[in-house]
Amino acid sequence: MRMPVTTLQDSTADRPFTVDRSLLIQRLREVLPAQALLFEEEDLRPYDCDGLTAFRQLPLLVTLPEDEAQVQAILRICHELRAPVVARGAATGLSGGATPHADGVLVALAKLKKIISVDPVSRTAVVQPGVRNLAVSEAAAPYGLYYAPDPSSQIACTIGGNVAENSGGVHCLKYGLTVHNVLRVRGLSIEGEIVEFGNAALDAPGYDLLALLNGSEGLLALITEVTVKLTPKPELAQVVIASFADVRRAGDAVASIIAAGIIPAGLEMMDRRAILAVEPYANAGYDMDAEAILLCESDGTPEEVAEEIGRMTAVLEKSGAAGIRVSQNEAERLKFWAGRKAAFPAVGRLTPDYLCMDGTIPRKHLADMLEAIAALSGKYSLRCANVFHAGDGNLHPLIMYDANQPGELERATAFGAEILELSVHFGGTITGEHGVGIEKIDLMAEQFTLAEIGAFHRLKAAFDEHGLLNPGKGVPTLARCREYTLARGGGEQNSMNSMNSSRQ
Amino acid sequence: MDPWIENWTARINDAAGSAGQLAIRGGGSKTFYGGREQGERLDVGAYRGIVAYEPTELVVSARAGTPLVELTATLAEKGQWLAFEPPHFAPTATVGGMLASGLSGPRRQAVGAVRDFVLGVKLLNGLGEVLSFGGQVMKNVAGYDVSRLLAGSLGTLGVLLEVSLKVLPLPVAERSLRFAIDEATALQKLNQWGGRPLPISASAWHDGILTLRLSGAVAAVAAAERLLAGELMDAAEAEAYWRSLREQTHAFFAGDAPLWRLSLPSVAPPQGFGATLIEWGGAQRWLRAGDARALRSAAAKAGGHATLFRGDDALKAAVGVFQPLPAPLAQIHRNLKHAFDPQGVFNPGRMYPDF
Repeated sequence: MRMPVTTLQDSTADRPFTVDRSLLIQRLREVLPAQALLFEEEDLRPYDCDGLTAFRQLPLLVTLPEDEAQVQAILRICHELRAPVVARGAATGLSGGATPHADGVLVALAKLKKIISVDPVSRTAVVQPGVRNLAVSEAAAPYGLYYAPDPSSQIACTIGGNVAENSGGVHCLKYGLTVHNVLRVRGLSIEGEIVEFGNAALDAPGYDLLALLNGSEGLLALITEVTVKLTPKPELAQVVIASFADVRRAGDAVASIIAAGIIPAGLEMMDRRAILAVEPYANAGYDMDAEAILLCESDGTPEEVAEEIGRMTAVLEKSGAAGIRVSQNEAERLKFWAGRKAAFPAVGRLTPDYLCMDGTIPRKHLADMLEAIAALSGKYSLRCANVFHAGDGNLHPLIMYDANQPGELERATAFGAEILELSVHFGGTITGEHGVGIEKIDLMAEQFTLAEIGAFHRLKAAFDEHGLLNPGKGVPTLARCREYTLARGGGEQNSMNSMNSSRQ
Repeated sequence: MDPWIENWTARINDAAGSAGQLAIRGGGSKTFYGGREQGERLDVGAYRGIVAYEPTELVVSARAGTPLVELTATLAEKGQWLAFEPPHFAPTATVGGMLASGLSGPRRQAVGAVRDFVLGVKLLNGLGEVLSFGGQVMKNVAGYDVSRLLAGSLGTLGVLLEVSLKVLPLPVAERSLRFAIDEATALQKLNQWGGRPLPISASAWHDGILTLRLSGAVAAVAAAERLLAGELMDAAEAEAYWRSLREQTHAFFAGDAPLWRLSLPSVAPPQGFGATLIEWGGAQRWLRAGDARALRSAAAKAGGHATLFRGDDALKAAVGVFQPLPAPLAQIHRNLKHAFDPQGVFNPGRMYPDF
């Protein structure tokens, strides 16, 4: 039997939804306890944004389900009434993935915060989506185990959100991203059917839907339970701090470490402006005269760490490091890291507002990128501090601005867009770990052709025919892509060209 | 456009317009895996060559027809490799076949599978469109992760054109140890050791012998060797042993009896279906006998699934190669197939009979 070819239609993203609010409230009241349904404006207000605070939107209403059955009931009603659904964990996301939809139901999963089991023998934990990232490691600690992905927001961010965004962290070069550390996701389709992606084994039959769900930004299914892998805690970790008199040397040192066959447990870089912001705030002991510093961590058995630290130090010296220090105990190691981990709040002290970019580039272009950012900083008259997951090429420029100064937000946004366009130009991506959300949705057209965007829409429709899950996020409509292309110089953009050529 | 791609696009469009079907073939090394090949042969092995390789970026990009032996040799020159140890099963094995089959070798439990190392793909879909997903960087969350979805998709979603993979340095030191213990004790030990920071890179139990491989820094391997106190294997003999598991040339895999693969939680107890070879710390178990229904029900009960890895066409047709999916997942599979290949041109029946 042959099915008709799906027409390349726009996603529902910008399609208007006509939702009967009072009917929706009436139906939800039948399945939810009173405290699990919010619809008065003052109750909705606290939910109007996630970590991307520049974008605020009141949802039509908020639900606070207490178990999977309630989530299922909400989805069935929303599906029947064709109401958009946006899932929300701790709302720490930086790209607006959990920004509410004006005509939609926000499903806040904070009450699903049970750690269902921690099994030291199989080295797995089963948790509900509202469990905080760090809480998993704390629960596993008595067994000498931990959950490896460690995004900077790990004190607050939840596992459900981590899966939705495929979160990284400072240790993912060696230990992988969320997708590498999750075995199974149980969730609900938009129709309210229970679906299990992955299982308790290392693989599942059929397509790897588990991989697809990681980083899908709440557009494919709603997560109600996650089985994560737990990793044995290394016996010892030590970190080397190397300071450099110029950025290019620091960038080259990163390449030299990898070339020497070393995979550090963490490899981070900060530029001068970031160091100057952090040091007075965190007293981490960084070299205030350096143009750049590298933090390079080794972990494993004591013998292994001693061997690797020796090799790292030799490479850093040969790469022209002006100063090298090795942490002598756990307290000092944590102190060295405290500066890096405090980078965002430290920069926040220096400026009323900042935008955090998230491009990833091949490491070899690091120095070129930092020079380009310095030039853009002049062009837009805005300061920018750079922290960088150097090991995996993921750059976080922090563009400082003041939203109360007319035009500054627009300048900061344009500055950020230029950095992300450069990331694509250098062979990288517009987002390494923060997600597209609403923040970078227009820039998707910079990275993908219209045919690729069309493929994303068809993939989305395979899970969610009516486009009800998190509409307006992640993937732009084809119309938006065309507008972006025209605005960037009309038609000569690669997406139009390759679209045409692949269609001939 | 590249003449190969132009030619294949025409073949795809012809097939799509005339209810035709195409059987995509690279090196033909894994044709045995999955449902029987159906449709007109589309040979894609000629589209080969390493496109980009920069050791300091830990990334290699190659055309899908590139022989695995060629890729492996190029990486080895720079002291790097594909850490998931993909099986070749024939000297003709290609990079595309490696990704499409989604199979990984002895190191799977320690470092991950092919799906964990794929960073980007270029694909020719059923509409004749050339599409790129992912890229050449380690961290990339722009758009859905189609590259990983394609790992193990058995060519049902399109023709792979190019693949980018994360590569790693070769381990500095390696030692293999042997222990004479029974199946239940071996499983218990493996799970116990798995919870400790030991550099175990592979494990196998068969016929009363547990073999462990340690890989990593010299000091770490030496320390673990002392601690575990097994019988040290000769290095050449150990290498040949792990290769014989990866390539299934070990005596256990000989003969025409069906070969079943059980993918289970590592802690699942012995399943009692006769001669067993256990890998991946208990998470992968090979069997040469057993009733399909009993195997599948036991695997599902334990939290995993059973695959008829090798078997004749009649058996495959009778019991299916892969564990049947629950209805909602089966529906998503059909929808996804339709999203990439609306006319059902590519590799029909290779994964499930209904698409």
